[in-house]
Amino acid sequence: MPSHSFVLNGKPVTVEAPADMPLLWVLRDLLNVTGPKYGCGVGVCRACTSHLDGAEIQPCIVPVADCADRKVTTIEGLADGDTLHPVQQAWLDCDVAQCGFCQPGQIMAAAALLERTTEPTDADIDRIENVCRCGTYSRIREAIKKASAKG
Amino acid sequence: MARQLSRRKFVVYSLAATTLTIAAPLGCDTPSAQGAEETADGAARPSDVLVTGTDEERLVLEVTRANKVVVRLPRAEVGQGVTTAVAMMIAEELDARLVDVDIPLADARTKGNQFTGGSNSVSSLYGPARQLAAVARARLVTAAARRWNLPARTLRTRDTMVVAPDGRTATFGSLTARAARIRRTDVPGKPKPASRHRVIGRPTTRIDARDIVTGKAKFAGDLTAAGARPTVVARPPTIGGKAVTVDDREARAMPGVRAIVKIAGGVAVVADSFHHAFKARDALKITWAPGPLARLSDAAIRSRLRTAVPRLGTPPSGSAQVEAEFAFAFVSHAPMEVLTAVADVRADRAEIWFSSQTPMEARSTIAAAVGLRESKVRVHVVRGGGSFGRRLNYDAAIEAALISKKAKQPVKLMWSRADDIRHGRMRPASHHRIRASHARGRVVAFAHATASVSESFEGASAQGAAAVRAAGPLPSDSGLYNFGRLSGDSGSVELAMPLGAWRSVDSGTMRTAEEIVVDEVAAKLGKDPVAFRRTTLRSREVKAVLDKVASAGHWGRTLPDGHGQGVAVHEEYGSCVACLVEIDASDPKNPRVTKVVMAADVGTAVNPRGLEAQLMGTAVDGISTVLRAGLHIDRGAVREKSFADFEWARQRHAPLHFEAHIMPSRGEPGGAGELGVPAAAGAVANAYARATGTKPRRFPINF
Repeated sequence: MPSHSFVLNGKPVTVEAPADMPLLWVLRDLLNVTGPKYGCGVGVCRACTSHLDGAEIQPCIVPVADCADRKVTTIEGLADGDTLHPVQQAWLDCDVAQCGFCQPGQIMAAAALLERTTEPTDADIDRIENVCRCGTYSRIREAIKKASAKG
Repeated sequence: MARQLSRRKFVVYSLAATTLTIAAPLGCDTPSAQGAEETADGAARPSDVLVTGTDEERLVLEVTRANKVVVRLPRAEVGQGVTTAVAMMIAEELDARLVDVDIPLADARTKGNQFTGGSNSVSSLYGPARQLAAVARARLVTAAARRWNLPARTLRTRDTMVVAPDGRTATFGSLTARAARIRRTDVPGKPKPASRHRVIGRPTTRIDARDIVTGKAKFAGDLTAAGARPTVVARPPTIGGKAVTVDDREARAMPGVRAIVKIAGGVAVVADSFHHAFKARDALKITWAPGPLARLSDAAIRSRLRTAVPRLGTPPSGSAQVEAEFAFAFVSHAPMEVLTAVADVRADRAEIWFSSQTPMEARSTIAAAVGLRESKVRVHVVRGGGSFGRRLNYDAAIEAALISKKAKQPVKLMWSRADDIRHGRMRPASHHRIRASHARGRVVAFAHATASVSESFEGASAQGAAAVRAAGPLPSDSGLYNFGRLSGDSGSVELAMPLGAWRSVDSGTMRTAEEIVVDEVAAKLGKDPVAFRRTTLRSREVKAVLDKVASAGHWGRTLPDGHGQGVAVHEEYGSCVACLVEIDASDPKNPRVTKVVMAADVGTAVNPRGLEAQLMGTAVDGISTVLRAGLHIDRGAVREKSFADFEWARQRHAPLHFEAHIMPSRGEPGGAGELGVPAAAGAVANAYARATGTKPRRFPINF
């Protein structure tokens, strides 16, 4: 079985896995990194949203081979030690989460958005596709604006 | 509505333990004193009844030496915030810091009330939880008084410790062993009056919020319990289809495959990862026999439902009629966390981990299914990634247990999203016929007859149990409005398809339809929808929430063409709510709800921030189910397969502006989790109708 090396949340890892194995299952089933959630497996619900070299990806549709020698960041790697990322802090301040299942993906999508656009408009926020079945969208919007105001 | 705080009395027991451990009984939802000393009657006499061992039927509070207050909660946490609400009740009465209160979920018990549903958790726990903590506080204060030789009444409590007048402090943890031995307290163990509440009623962030935003919160699929292996099931194309032949040679030869077993619902694959499991599932060669509904599609179901609606009686003579018929499609619960269960079934015992609103029932059903005595089955209740009623049933847990037994190894079964949408339970489709009879400008009779699909299974006789519809008053019987003579009736169409209670259950369709008719009656009588409701609503509290949204939401303000406002109200679970919606339907095929204003009176709101979250969620339920999210039945199969075609609202469909107003109240807490659905759905439909000049009759509207 081929082995794949990449940097996961700041640490180098090597896994043996089929080349077409989606990153999501490499993270969850081989590395026990369970922050990214399975919600559909087809890149639609985006509960697994994480970052590859700082850009948003859906690990359920990204083969592990595509991650070779690149930097993968999951929700577990977003904070700087005990200091939360501004998006995580805004999520806490606005008490965004209900069931919490989609929120790692929502936070990673918001963090990626703020990397691209420091002051996202409502239209920018509307383009986030991540599903929240609990319906926390209003607080997500509020939290993104709060995180962006913090700069 | 507005029930006053009754002088409910609760018995509190001491448990024999080396740390302070006390218990309060949990009734169904009206705990009452029975058989032991009472403590809530003002007497400073915590019970000295000793109970040993079990915490069955009780809410148990333990103060640990590490200064944690632990209450094992016999309820499910699925995002509704019950653990935070209970932690707040405990922190309030103990004067503990919220971070020192832990609320783990209790394993399945054999007795008592471990049911999470009907929006009753907060109301059923409000008395026992506060009483429990108040008695614990009295014990801890008494223990400190004896340690310091000070009169107990001079001591105060704050931040999980007892404080002496001279400034000395003792943590609860340091007092717990001594407090455990105290039988008679020197201060009353009586909950605070509401006027002294500092935690209850204060908007509070979820106690698990940090775990959630850091990815630490664990759901069933995140567990490594029992070394269970990833497991998926190949399921038939149609609902209830059966595998006829299975060729698993290729699948078995694939790497990482550990077991392949045939079960009632299809063929299960146990593998080293979900990737391997899905690959092997897709390599199975299965011929399927079509399910029992293979000839049935939406049009036929709708027509059968329409026929099954009982006839409305004769309207009052001399009255004119406003009549309407409504059809609601099937709707998936679609919690973000698909059904997942870890099962380790051995010859002599079984252990299951999953999120369950009914773990006691699940435990006995699973025990029977795998042929074990109930006492040999342990069910651990795990945090759930949403429910909306879906986790009242435990289909995946039974299936996981059967697979584990057959495959002779622990399994972590996950239904794929397509499994959940195509074979999971749904809110039943329904058809409604409503007639409002009016004379001389007033409604003199209101009739609502309905039919919905009910679940029956192949082989069950037509008179079988599955055909029996739960009896109970129809929501219109509650007489929300002064509409003269009320009547209701219901019929059903039995179909072999998996159904389940969906947040707000029948009210989600029935009351939505009624609120649309209320608007149409108002229009017929030449009255404004808010003004008409204000003059016809019976309850002062419902009028108050309506007035609140009308003023806060600027009812009647001028909007551009194609935009509109709508309102609706609802009353249930001892609570009431109003919702005002603004919609931009200038493109009727792609409407956007731009603003939602809700107001709720739920009695005492333990956590206003949590209540606001619940209302926000129900607003999105209303937007989704009325405008776009439903399931098509196409030749016996659900057509939808993921969130790509089950069009639940995304950020671009959610209101740009949302506000919730919580009416001040010191009444007992009512239910809140499901409350907002009918009002939100009704308001969205009414806003759409006013914006487009149409009369919506089928939901979702764009389907």
